[in-house]
Amino acid sequence: MPNVEFKGKVFEVDEDGFLANLDQWCQEWVDYVKDSEGISELTDDHWKVINMLQDYYKKNGIAPMVRILSKVTGFKLKQIYELFPSGPGKGACKMAGLAKPTGCV
Amino acid sequence: MAKVPKPEELLSGISYKPPEKGWMAVKPDLRPGTYVNAASAKWLKFLDYPFPRDWSVADEDWKLPPNWREIVLEGMEDRLARFRSLKVFFDICVRCGACADKCHFFLGTGDPKNMPVLRAELMRSVYKRYFTVAGRVLGEVAGARDLDEQVLREWFSYLHQCTICRRCSLFCPYGIDMAEMTILGRELLSSVGLNIEWAAASVGSCYEKGSHIGATPQAYKDMIDFLAEENERITGVTTEVTYNRKGAEILFVVPSGDYFADPGSYTMMGYLLLFKYLDLDYTMSTYAAEGGNFGWFISHEMGKRLNAKIYEEAKRLKVKWIMGGECGHMWRICNQYMPTYYGQPVDFLEEPVSPITGTRFENAKTHKMVHISEFTADLIHHGKLKLDPRRNAHIKLTFHDSCNTSRGMGIFEEPRYIIKSVLPEENFVEMPPHTIRERTFCCGSSAALNADEFMETRMKGGLPRATAVQYVAEKYGVNHLGCICALDRATLPTLVNYWVPGMEVTGITELVGNALVFDDEIDRDMDLRDRELVYPIVKGEAGEETEEAGMEAAEAPEAEEGE
Repeated sequence: MPNVEFKGKVFEVDEDGFLANLDQWCQEWVDYVKDSEGISELTDDHWKVINMLQDYYKKNGIAPMVRILSKVTGFKLKQIYELFPSGPGKGACKMAGLAKPTGCV
Repeated sequence: MAKVPKPEELLSGISYKPPEKGWMAVKPDLRPGTYVNAASAKWLKFLDYPFPRDWSVADEDWKLPPNWREIVLEGMEDRLARFRSLKVFFDICVRCGACADKCHFFLGTGDPKNMPVLRAELMRSVYKRYFTVAGRVLGEVAGARDLDEQVLREWFSYLHQCTICRRCSLFCPYGIDMAEMTILGRELLSSVGLNIEWAAASVGSCYEKGSHIGATPQAYKDMIDFLAEENERITGVTTEVTYNRKGAEILFVVPSGDYFADPGSYTMMGYLLLFKYLDLDYTMSTYAAEGGNFGWFISHEMGKRLNAKIYEEAKRLKVKWIMGGECGHMWRICNQYMPTYYGQPVDFLEEPVSPITGTRFENAKTHKMVHISEFTADLIHHGKLKLDPRRNAHIKLTFHDSCNTSRGMGIFEEPRYIIKSVLPEENFVEMPPHTIRERTFCCGSSAALNADEFMETRMKGGLPRATAVQYVAEKYGVNHLGCICALDRATLPTLVNYWVPGMEVTGITELVGNALVFDDEIDRDMDLRDRELVYPIVKGEAGEETEEAGMEAAEAPEAEEGE
């Protein structure tokens, strides 16, 4: 698997650039995705999404469906796209260090 | 990830002019955007699949095992013996070319190797070289060629530009089934560790946790419960689901896209509403949590492994029969392979009978599974549903026949019959005849090719479908594309967003959910997607009118030709 280096840390990622292992998740990873996503500053709203995603993932072993993310955080899909320009999957889940779901999605 | 060209760039890049060199001399062009990523070692190890290793399609060295040629040729010999069809398909083709312009990937890429006749020739030439006298003696003159790494790269490229949709087979005078050849070719690739990540990850997740998305039992329950709550919020009707309940009459199995991703999740809400309306004695299983089967996209062996859990769970829960949701390849497998995959008679289940109408589904006598469209069409035919089509008045629909439910199963009339019952009459429009029913064009991303990194080729492969959608959008103002397949619901939104912006994709049971009139419902002013209804129904103020509309709708539409 390819590696990504950022601020002295080395992260193992898949071919899509998603973190291979949630255990490697840390502030540097967040900063790395923030830069590549072109997000100027992380706000409390960003963290609300990241925390929700990680909590759900730890409990359920999978990223939440977008509608559950919306309901729990109170952000409409449009707002999530404003926070994470690549969207809930390729932006938010990636920043939160979650694996991306496969199959008919 | 490769940047996806803009639609006009992509269109102007399509050329049907063949290369100047002969096809054997043209090397495959594997640039980013035109292939699905290689499967990572972790999934192959987990599945106990051969030669797990980390490699990349873009690499010069694919790290093949030293004896890869022997493995592939032995594998081909084995399959020629086990699948007489493969040998017949290799021997019988007369290069008439009837299939050439029927493939969506050829139409969208202009690449001659996407003509099914030539795609098959990529494998046939190797068959000739090693398994026929003429090929062994005459070599290239007889259309034979040595198996080398370039050939293997070619197989990898073009067998993953085939969605096993079988449109070509329909036009082949001999009925050569390209899909069967593609699956067996992918098996051979797999035998030397050449798999695609999107398939391997889906299969691994399904084998480990029960669904392609990798949902745990608690996630499965959480998501479906959430959708039931959404139903209650919008309709006032409680549509709770029981899980793993022994002794239920029916086991209901859906593709995981329906309880995880939009817009399939609205179809899921429709299922729950319909079953609540009927007070159906059904249960859903956290073990048989996947109707789809990406295993079949890798090999028959893997298809069989994943398929087993549906019957095993039906046996464990002691249900009478199985109902399946709106899924494409689940039905192709169910219809064509399932009893063989299972290897023994399914005598622990009964021939399915609708508990509401008493209809005996004789077509499901062997495999004991009924498609929800068959079930629902039968309900409507017997006048068992009170429906108000005006609740779908904002939806002007055309229907995309999914490759597997149409060419693989012959489901043409049922979804159309349902659509005509749940939509105002003028709101349903067909696409041109050569693009629907058995001649339907594929979504362009099926067979585990719906990965993001493959987007450029996906958009090309989906161009014929999108063109037909665009035609009815411009001519008749169609704003929704209906389908009965979760892979379609995953891939068509991306496709139409690219070629026909503004078009929405919907399952058919979602429309049923919108139209169903419950006695104890709250005022319905929103559809299942929280969009305002064009004709809000307000009880009390317009009660009489509502009643009248409902009564009208409950009458079954005229029987269609061919029913």
